[in-house]
Amino acid sequence: MLDTQPEGYTTADGRKIGGVVMEMKNITLRFGGVVAIKDISFDVREGEIRAIIGPNGAGKSSMLNVISGFYHPQEGEVWYKGARRPRMRPYQVARQGIARTFQNIALFEGMSVLDNIMTGRLNHMKSGFFSQALWWGPAAKEEAENREKVEKVIDFLEIQHIRKTPVRRLPYGLKKRVELARALAAEPSILLLDEPMAGMNVEEKEDMSRFVLDVNDEFGTTIVLIEHDMGVVMDLSDRVVVMDYGKKIGDGTPDEVRSNEEVIKAYLGVSHD
Amino acid sequence: MPDTLLFALEAAANGLTAGVMYALVALGFVLIFKASGIFNFSQGVMALFAALTLVGLQTGQIPFSHLINAMFGTRLHHFGWTLPTLVAIAGTVVVMVAFAWLVERLIFRHLVNQEPIILFMATIGLAYFLEGLGDIMWGAEVKRLDVGIPQGMSPVVDDVTYAWFGYGFYMDTLELWAALIAGVLVLSLILFSQYTKQGRALRAVADDHQAALSVGISLRFIWVLVWSLAGIVALVAGMMWGAKSGVQFSLSLIALKALPVLILGGFTSIPGAIVGGLIIGVGERLFDFFMGPIIGGATENWFAYMLALVFLLFRPQGLFGEKIIERV
Repeated sequence: MLDTQPEGYTTADGRKIGGVVMEMKNITLRFGGVVAIKDISFDVREGEIRAIIGPNGAGKSSMLNVISGFYHPQEGEVWYKGARRPRMRPYQVARQGIARTFQNIALFEGMSVLDNIMTGRLNHMKSGFFSQALWWGPAAKEEAENREKVEKVIDFLEIQHIRKTPVRRLPYGLKKRVELARALAAEPSILLLDEPMAGMNVEEKEDMSRFVLDVNDEFGTTIVLIEHDMGVVMDLSDRVVVMDYGKKIGDGTPDEVRSNEEVIKAYLGVSHD
Repeated sequence: MPDTLLFALEAAANGLTAGVMYALVALGFVLIFKASGIFNFSQGVMALFAALTLVGLQTGQIPFSHLINAMFGTRLHHFGWTLPTLVAIAGTVVVMVAFAWLVERLIFRHLVNQEPIILFMATIGLAYFLEGLGDIMWGAEVKRLDVGIPQGMSPVVDDVTYAWFGYGFYMDTLELWAALIAGVLVLSLILFSQYTKQGRALRAVADDHQAALSVGISLRFIWVLVWSLAGIVALVAGMMWGAKSGVQFSLSLIALKALPVLILGGFTSIPGAIVGGLIIGVGERLFDFFMGPIIGGATENWFAYMLALVFLLFRPQGLFGEKIIERV
C-alpha cells in the first residue's frame, strides 16, 4: 500500500505523512555467535510514529542501538535523508538530528532538570570554544536563546515545578519525562524512544502516550518507538514492525499486524479480542 | 589579644596560602578523575614538566640540546633570547594542550573500557616517560624560575596586621600571589564548568558517558579538554612551587601532598579539593604550632597523611565525595 505512495499520504486523523526519511536495508547484527538481528529491512517516513514490537530478546533494543550508532551491524546499510550513512559514532548520529531515550534512563543524575535539558541544546550552540570560555560576544546571547527553547519544552511537558531539582531526587515517571524533554530540546528529525512506558503506572502511561502524540502532532517529529505494551502501541503508532528472534515477522498498520497469522502465533499468542 | 593566639592566627593565615596550593594540585587530579575515572599518577610530573618547559622557553634554552650535542659534537645551548613571562606561559599552555592531545591519541584511545587499574598503570608509565622526557629535553640541573613576583615578607600584610593587632604577621609575598592566582584559577574553572557549553558537556560526561554520547558529546574531545585543563592547572602549580624553591625534579613529589587532600575532600568533588586543601594547609601549620614544641617538631611531614588515615577510618568517601552504596 505504502510503496505506491512515495510522496506520502494523509492519515485518518488528518496528519500529513511525508516520504521515507530513514531506511534500514538488510541489517544483520551479531555478537560473537549470537545473531541479534537477522537480515531486517524497513523504512521510516517523515512525520509518522513507527513502532518496533516483539517479545523479550527479539532484538528491538539492538535495532534502536543500530539506528543511534551505539551498535554497528556486520551487514546491511542505514540510509538517512536519501544518503547512505557511513559508520558513525553515537555522538555523530546525535549531531545529525537523531535523538534518543534509553530503556534504563540515562540522565545526568547530579545535574538539575534544567541543566539536563540544556545538554540537549549542545549541538545547536555554535559559538566557539574561546568565546564560550570567556563568556564573550555571541556566547551569552546564544545561551539566552537556547534557554528560551528549553523553557518551551519544559512548559510543553509540564515539568516547570521541578526545573531546579537535581534529577537524582525525582521519581521514576518524572525522570522518563525529563529524558524525553532532553531529547526534544535537540529538535530532532527523528526521535527514538526505547520503551517509554516501561515500569510506569497506568496514569503515567496515559500522560506519556499523550506527550508522544502531542510531540508528533505539534512539531511533526518523526518518532520511532519500542514498546512492550500492545495496547499502547496499537493506539499510538501509524505503522508497526514486529520482530521475533531477531527476524522481522510482520510490518504494516496496527490493523494489518493484528491480523497477521505469524504475528499472532509468535507474539500475541491468543488474540485478546 | 594574647600573643599565643596572634601567633596561631599567623600560622593559620600562612596555612591558608599553602592550602590553596595543595588544593590546586589536587584539582588537577579531580578534573581527570571525574571526567574519565582515571587516577592520574602523572599529575605531579606534569607540573614539573610544565615548569621545566616554562623556564626553558623563558630563558631560550634549546630543547634536547644535550642530546644533540652528544650526537653531533655541537655546542648548542641557548637560542640567545629571553621571552617575557606571559609569552613563555602562553607557549607552555600550547605545549600542555598538545601533550593532552597526544595522551588521548596515543594512550587512552586504545584503553577505552579497560579496568581502572590498567588505566592507572598507564598513567604511572606516563609519569616515568614524562620525567625522562623533561630531563632529556631541558636538562637535569636545578633551574631558577623568575615570574616577576617578588619574594620575601609582604610589607602590606605586615602593616595591616600591625595596625589591627599591634603585631605584624610574616607572610611571603610570593605565597600570597600564588594563593591569589590559584584562587582565580579555581573560580574560573568553576564558572567555566557551570556556565559554558563545554563546561556543561564536561559535567555531562562526568555524570554518564552513555547519556553524554546520546546528546552528541564527543568523549574524545572532552578527554582532551580535561587533560588540557589538568595541564594548565599543573602549569600554575609548577610555576608557583618552582618560583619558590627552584625548578627541580623533586617538584613532581608535590603530587604526594595532593593525596591526603583528595582523601579528605573526596576524589570527585571540586569544592572538596578546595576545602580539603585548606583544611590540610591550616591544620598542619596549627598542629605544628601547638604540638611541634611538645613532640619535637617536623610534624608537617606527616600530619596530612595521619589526618587522611583518620578520615579513611571514619569517612572513606571524603567530605564531599559521593557515598558508595551498592545495591544487592
